Amino acid sequence: MEQTLRRVLIGNKSDLPERLGKTVTIGTYELAIFKLASGEVRAIENRCPHKGGVLADGMVSGEYVFCPLHDWKISIVDGQVQKPDDGCVPSYKIEVKNDLVYVLLPE
Amino acid sequence: MPKQKIVLIGNGMAGMRAIEEIKKLRPDDFDITVFGTEPYPNYNRIQLSKVLQGDTEVKDITLNEWSWYEENDILLYPGETVVKVDKKSQVVFTDKGREANYDYLILATGSNPFMLPLPGVDKEGVTAFRDIKDCEKMIEYSKKYKKAAVIGGGLLGLEAARGLLNLGMEVDVIHIADYLMERQLDREAGHMLQTELEKQGMNFLLEKQTVEIIGRNRVTGLRFSNGDRIKADLVVMAVGIKPNVSLALETDLEVNRGIVVNDFMETDTPNIFAVGECAEHNQMVYGLVAPLYEQGKALAKRICKLEDKGYKGSILSTQLKVSGVDVFSSGNIKEYDSMKTIKLKDDWRGTYKKITIENDHITGAVLFGDTREGNKLLSFIKKGVQIEEYLALGEQTESNESLVAEMPDDELICGCNGVTKGTIVQAIQTQGLSSVEQVKGCTNASRSCGTCKSLVSELLEYTLGDEYSETQQETICGCTTLSKDEVIAEIKEKGLTHTREVMNVLGWSTEEGCSKCRPALNYYLGMINPIDYKDERESRFVNERLHANIQNNGTYSVVPRMYGGVTNSEDLRKIADVADKYEVGMIKLTGGQRIDLLGVQKEDLPKIWADLGMASGHAYAKSVRTVKTCVGADFCRFGTQDSVGMGIQIERKFEGLNTPHKVKMGVSACPRNCAEGGVKDVGVVGLDGVWEIYVGGNGGVELRKAELLVKVKTQEEVLEYIGAFLQDYRENAKYLERTSAYVERVGINHIQEVLEDKQKRDALNQSMEIALSAVQEPWSEAIRNGTLLRDLYEKVKVSE
Ligand SMILES: Cc1cc2nc3c(=O)[nH]c(=O)nc-3n(C[C@H](O)[C@H](O)[C@H](O)COP(=O)(O)OP(=O)(O)OC[C@H]3O[C@@H](n4cnc5c(N)ncnc54)[C@H](O)[C@@H]3O)c2cc1C
Ligand code: SF4
Ligand code: FES
Repeated sequence: MEQTLRRVLIGNKSDLPERLGKTVTIGTYELAIFKLASGEVRAIENRCPHKGGVLADGMVSGEYVFCPLHDWKISIVDGQVQKPDDGCVPSYKIEVKNDLVYVLLPE
Repeated sequence: MPKQKIVLIGNGMAGMRAIEEIKKLRPDDFDITVFGTEPYPNYNRIQLSKVLQGDTEVKDITLNEWSWYEENDILLYPGETVVKVDKKSQVVFTDKGREANYDYLILATGSNPFMLPLPGVDKEGVTAFRDIKDCEKMIEYSKKYKKAAVIGGGLLGLEAARGLLNLGMEVDVIHIADYLMERQLDREAGHMLQTELEKQGMNFLLEKQTVEIIGRNRVTGLRFSNGDRIKADLVVMAVGIKPNVSLALETDLEVNRGIVVNDFMETDTPNIFAVGECAEHNQMVYGLVAPLYEQGKALAKRICKLEDKGYKGSILSTQLKVSGVDVFSSGNIKEYDSMKTIKLKDDWRGTYKKITIENDHITGAVLFGDTREGNKLLSFIKKGVQIEEYLALGEQTESNESLVAEMPDDELICGCNGVTKGTIVQAIQTQGLSSVEQVKGCTNASRSCGTCKSLVSELLEYTLGDEYSETQQETICGCTTLSKDEVIAEIKEKGLTHTREVMNVLGWSTEEGCSKCRPALNYYLGMINPIDYKDERESRFVNERLHANIQNNGTYSVVPRMYGGVTNSEDLRKIADVADKYEVGMIKLTGGQRIDLLGVQKEDLPKIWADLGMASGHAYAKSVRTVKTCVGADFCRFGTQDSVGMGIQIERKFEGLNTPHKVKMGVSACPRNCAEGGVKDVGVVGLDGVWEIYVGGNGGVELRKAELLVKVKTQEEVLEYIGAFLQDYRENAKYLERTSAYVERVGINHIQEVLEDKQKRDALNQSMEIALSAVQEPWSEAIRNGTLLRDLYEKVKVSE
């Protein structure tokens, strides 16, 4: 079944800090938004699958974020936890148009 | 539905491995409770030999840290023994009066060392070699006494003897057979081993039967059946083990030599399992780790209800862990008439190889002097390979570049943990591994006895080619092959100024590094060039990026600076008002005599700092944190010096200084040392007319007593020496190395030598002044700087 998505405007790309996370809440969603060194913007859920660490406060390195609580390494692109740990964080699609950043959330 | 309950009795190597296997298969399906008589998290018993031999410390042999149990939701009761099992109602009872219900019960009670029933065996100074306690006892004894006797010339006895030699004792090894390790070796290899160990300083008494341990309360010697006597202050009994089955017997389980189990490690009672040295499978009781781990797998599959053919018994292999002597033995090595053997002895090189052959198949092997072929032979024995095949292989590879290259993928590299070459190579390739440590973390290979480390290292070299530098010094992290010293030298030489530049120029394997190297590089760059380097906040751990301490639920804590632990009513009022206004979760006094406001929302941090108008305490930074002080001469009836004033001076001077790790200090005004300077990075004790400065103490995980650095007369000198010490530490310690580890590594004598030299002291203090001049107070900056505020502290709320 096709899932319908809605676009939510979350702000300006130029306002996002580079190589740092930003916490964005939309209704019941709490997302961690990252602007990578490459300029790309990515979004994952703001909770580490380990013990719920706030991922937006982690250290960003390339396409990965290190959880600030116990240093799990998590891909910002697909939400996969890297070895030797296991798990996955939901990731969300981002669209950028004219400096405006939208996130696509399930309806 | 409530989860099913697993209770494990015995927090040792077999039991916990079984639990790890279960966790791998069904991470969330069970409530797991573990009881262990020993008061530690589970540790690598095998490596006790290395602890005794001085290569490793007790703290390094933990397999799963306390936090691991917590994180995996496993309830551990250390130091608690199960004394009774009620099979009917499925409950266990402990010596501390606890009860626990189970759906599945696993007995992994291990073995007890076998103590020969000799007269005098209960005398002081007689010990087994089984656990941490025994190990510590031997170390303790070696400090007081000179002569040790080890009864038993097997694997364990020889490893103990080597350790005691390293501890500076004279060692006699008493053995009942006429050659060493008679169960694993033949006479030839046994004699070669003896010669080698004699060269190392061991003394052997073979074919000797001990009949009495002499001494009044404490042992003073041994008497043998032929009437001979020897002197001994310490007697180590290493003659064998017997399965610990007392609880099983009481519970009325079927017990033969061990607790009888089937291929699925089930006892005769449904839902009760046994695994490890306490279990008997197919009339075999195993005393080595590899079989226990295989058993753990079978057990886990059964509890998790997965199809499996079960445990089918193991072929054993052993290796002696004594440096300088390589011994390997596997399979059946006794010679019967029906068998043939191949024997190769090279007296010149001191090597020996024997292969036993039954009906054209390899069934056993002994290697002495060169054991590189060991794992290969073990897997041949397991597979029952034809001797011709082995010989053909040998001819092809006589030139022998790399042993690992020709191994088939399914060949075992790590026997203990059952990890094959294929698994390791795949992990190296797909996970980008570049060090033995990483391979260990990812695959479990070499996590136990460690004898396969060199093979893993060869595999890395073979898989990665030139990228892998064999020296494998301690690198900063997995992103580089360079050590801290090399990186610092390169930064200075090439004038590097940014973390990314360092990574780029020095060939980091990742573009932006990782959470280990980034903060380290950021620190080194700032240490080398305090004035011009612009601190990179994105390379800082969150606590230092936000200047507040992250708590487990994502809130933060604020600790207002209170120099020397002294405050006043006005500050207290401000703190109280702030606590009310921002509804802080808890107000708590810290161990360093400061007030901690816990449970603050990230967005509120800058506002709180503005309202307080006080610096915050760096209570969370790799930096000078607090200087704790005692009451001192003004009020205390014992005080001889102004400890409070001294403490305030120190704290004001060094506040905000970046250091490799946190630095805690204490100042007391008499030897009662109320500020506990003995466990601080820097502890100052004021006596009549003298100040003593202690350094390198730690009251945390690795308790360490500070050592006396120097005694000085004046307050100025106290500051001078602390300044020089801290700067020396800043320049020479590795990032994240506490002063305790640093002082331990370089030695207090070395530090004293450096600081004694007035010229060096002045130079260090000069560098310190430069570093201090660059210190900025980050809290008011966060309030003033709009971009900083937005980037770091604000959250975005989108309303729908
Ligand atoms: C010095 C030394 C060197 C060794 N070297 C090697 C080697 O090189 N290679 C190799 O393969 N093997 C080696 N071994 C053997 C290996 O360590 C053991 O085979 C292995 O530890 C056995 O595991 P286990 O879990 O069965 O028993 P253990 O690890 O002994 O664990 C059993 C645990 O159960 C606890 N316990 C017992 N009864 C109760 C109870 N009623 N309630 C609560 N807890 C209880 C005990 O306190 C103990 O901690 C060595 C052993 C020693 C002592
Ligand atoms: S250390 Fe000595 S002077 Fe200081 S409070 Fe304790 S007893 Fe008094
Ligand atoms: S909560 Fe993220 S690593 Fe532990």
